[in-house]
Amino acid sequence: MLSRTADHLYWMARYIERAENMARALDVTYNMSLVPNEDITEAMFWSPALEISGTTEIYEKDIGEVTAANVINYLAMDQRNPSSIYSALKSARENAHAVRVTMTTETWESINSIWLEFSQFLKQDFSKKGLREFCDWVKTRSHLFRGVCFGTMLRDDAFNFVRLGTFIERADNTARLLDVKYHLLLPTGQEVGGAVDYYEWSSVLRSVSALQAYQKIFNDTIEPWRVAELLTLRCDMPRSLHACFDEIILILEALSNSKNNEAFRLAGEIHAKLHYGKIKDIFQSGLHEFLSDFIKSNDLIGQEIHKHFLSATY
Amino acid sequence: MAKTNTFFDEMTSGKDEIRSIYSAYSQWLKDTSNTQLKSKNQEAELLFRRVGITFNVYGETDGAERLIPFDIIPRLLSSKEWDFISKGTIQRVKALNMFLHDIYHDQLIIKEGLVPQSLLQNSQYRPEMFGVDVPNQIYAHIAGIDIVRIDESQFYVLEDNLRTPSGVSYMLENRKMMMRLFPELFRRYSVAPVEHYPQVLLNNLRAVAQNGIEDPTVVLLTPGAYNSAYFEHAFIAQQMGIELVEGKDLFVSKNSVYMKTTEGPRRVDVIYRRIDDDYIDPLAFNEISMLGVPGLLSVYREGGVTLANAIGTGVADDKATYMYVPKMIEFYLNEKPILENVPTYDLSKEDDLQYTLSHLNELVVKEVQGSGGYGMLVGPTSTKKEIEVFREVIIKNPNNYIAQPTLSLSQCPTLIDESIDSRHVDLRPFVLSGKETSVVPGGLCRVALKKGSLVVNSSQGGGTKDTWILEKNHHA
Repeated sequence: MLSRTADHLYWMARYIERAENMARALDVTYNMSLVPNEDITEAMFWSPALEISGTTEIYEKDIGEVTAANVINYLAMDQRNPSSIYSALKSARENAHAVRVTMTTETWESINSIWLEFSQFLKQDFSKKGLREFCDWVKTRSHLFRGVCFGTMLRDDAFNFVRLGTFIERADNTARLLDVKYHLLLPTGQEVGGAVDYYEWSSVLRSVSALQAYQKIFNDTIEPWRVAELLTLRCDMPRSLHACFDEIILILEALSNSKNNEAFRLAGEIHAKLHYGKIKDIFQSGLHEFLSDFIKSNDLIGQEIHKHFLSATY
Repeated sequence: MAKTNTFFDEMTSGKDEIRSIYSAYSQWLKDTSNTQLKSKNQEAELLFRRVGITFNVYGETDGAERLIPFDIIPRLLSSKEWDFISKGTIQRVKALNMFLHDIYHDQLIIKEGLVPQSLLQNSQYRPEMFGVDVPNQIYAHIAGIDIVRIDESQFYVLEDNLRTPSGVSYMLENRKMMMRLFPELFRRYSVAPVEHYPQVLLNNLRAVAQNGIEDPTVVLLTPGAYNSAYFEHAFIAQQMGIELVEGKDLFVSKNSVYMKTTEGPRRVDVIYRRIDDDYIDPLAFNEISMLGVPGLLSVYREGGVTLANAIGTGVADDKATYMYVPKMIEFYLNEKPILENVPTYDLSKEDDLQYTLSHLNELVVKEVQGSGGYGMLVGPTSTKKEIEVFREVIIKNPNNYIAQPTLSLSQCPTLIDESIDSRHVDLRPFVLSGKETSVVPGGLCRVALKKGSLVVNSSQGGGTKDTWILEKNHHA
């Protein structure tokens, strides 16, 4: 297929996934803010949401003061923030628009109607009301988009690039979420336990639709290291790093021009770590180090995908 | 100028009797409440917006997307009327293709003195194409011939569109919409199908690949997502199952054109291009164009790739050339023209200029190279001031204009707000040439939605209708 087409499809899927993850992060942070906690200031409470989306620095420049209202509006609707839900959905639509010819009618209609429906939210101040409904809407729309792709697209390279974008983006988001939350919730040398911890960890799980899965698998109190295991190594947990790389490795192998490329080799290397790794070892050498390495490698795969498939120069 | 009540009406012929072709439909229309029609109309608009059938209007703020208004009342033509139109348009396109071959080779028609030598000075004449042989001697693979009707038997060709004619997606999508909204009408009538258009086009494009290429690769070259007709480009490419490419997807190497794919370079044999000559190759034409493919023209001239339409077709659909088409038909085909031209005044001729200047309030004056309904004067509907302003413009550069009598375009019942009123229409059938020349039964029917307006262009407030060629006549 055309390199440019593959590029647009890949980014369309990444932006949809990004919007969904942003909505998830906002939703749980907002939920947590409803649990009384006197030890923590508003700024301390909302900063991690910025960190997860990698927007701490530009937020400082664009807005400055960290308040609930500011962060909510910046992450949901601000056009200056390239990772805001607004910007992500707009970019997804622009990418789709550029290559609609390669999409099934249903896929295009699904993504176009996201944008058309979005207009109803434009005037809303989510720090006052409607944030939950909005986040639910974004999540539902993202589910629908994936379902439509899965249910209607020919299983060719176009489909593969859409899926590739989804999982590269999701792996990045899950790793960031875990990294920030773990760091924040587990200051060194402090014992865990207590109601706030429970709410914190359950909200982390809920943000990746994993609370029920946790309860089903472990049938026990929420232990931070088990949360980490669930989100990194468990292959049956659809938003875990392992699950993402199970998909990525298959997709890269299935692409018609898969031979001799660095993206495939790198993905295999990461996949092996996730597949054969033990959570104990990861903790021994540091979860934070493990996750930042992962985020770097995942990013590198993204660059290699570009070099090899999407911006091919001759 | 004709009085309002003397316009030919497609349904009632302007009197109070229903024309036989409309007898069943008019009964249905009578039995259907305006509220029902209105709700069908809203349904259509919703569906069109959802699939994104919009177009960009140049000059509107931030390239806003807009729907071309769609009218749910079709225009009906009998198979006999269609037979006449299709024969006439095919004849015309055949002659135009022969004319293009001739003026880029032996120029016999000029040597015979039938068309003036000055046509070669036209900026749309491309000297680069002189002596270049194109497969099957086809230049205009896709032609849109604009036809208007004046009365029961009088049709005129308003203009030929031979560069990158657009609008065929509306023919196809309007039909799809009508079948969705009114399946019962399609059960009752036998409406000639149009859905095979993309297949006919693809077969033609494959037939004009250079000799010896088996299973040629055909692509559609678009200026990109911000072009006003992008929706159509995407739609047709999808319907034909070919890649929709932009200039940056293609590159030239060793007398061939390639596209960049995720699997490496792939050779391209036929390019259905929807980019104008001026922008198609920055090395040959407009050097600041970012839309084209550097080096494309030289590959094309050497026969390394086929372009559809060919480079340099603009000289044949120019309004200054238009008036010679009947002579071309006689000269090349040795036939009498089936469809007539609108009588045209050539303002580069002193007599015609004088006549025009003293009859501006009756005439339509058009720029020779204008399109889209811009840069024209419709005398009868213009104010005195507008006429005087335009007079100055003409006097400055008369060669740039032609004039025609204001035509009493036929009217068609049209849903306006909540009631049915008459509006003026035209018809653009699409004539396809490859191995053979043919035309799909139907076309783009444009309707001027402003009351009394004779300008049907979408950029000037026009809408579209489905056109039904009824295979036999129907009675209520």
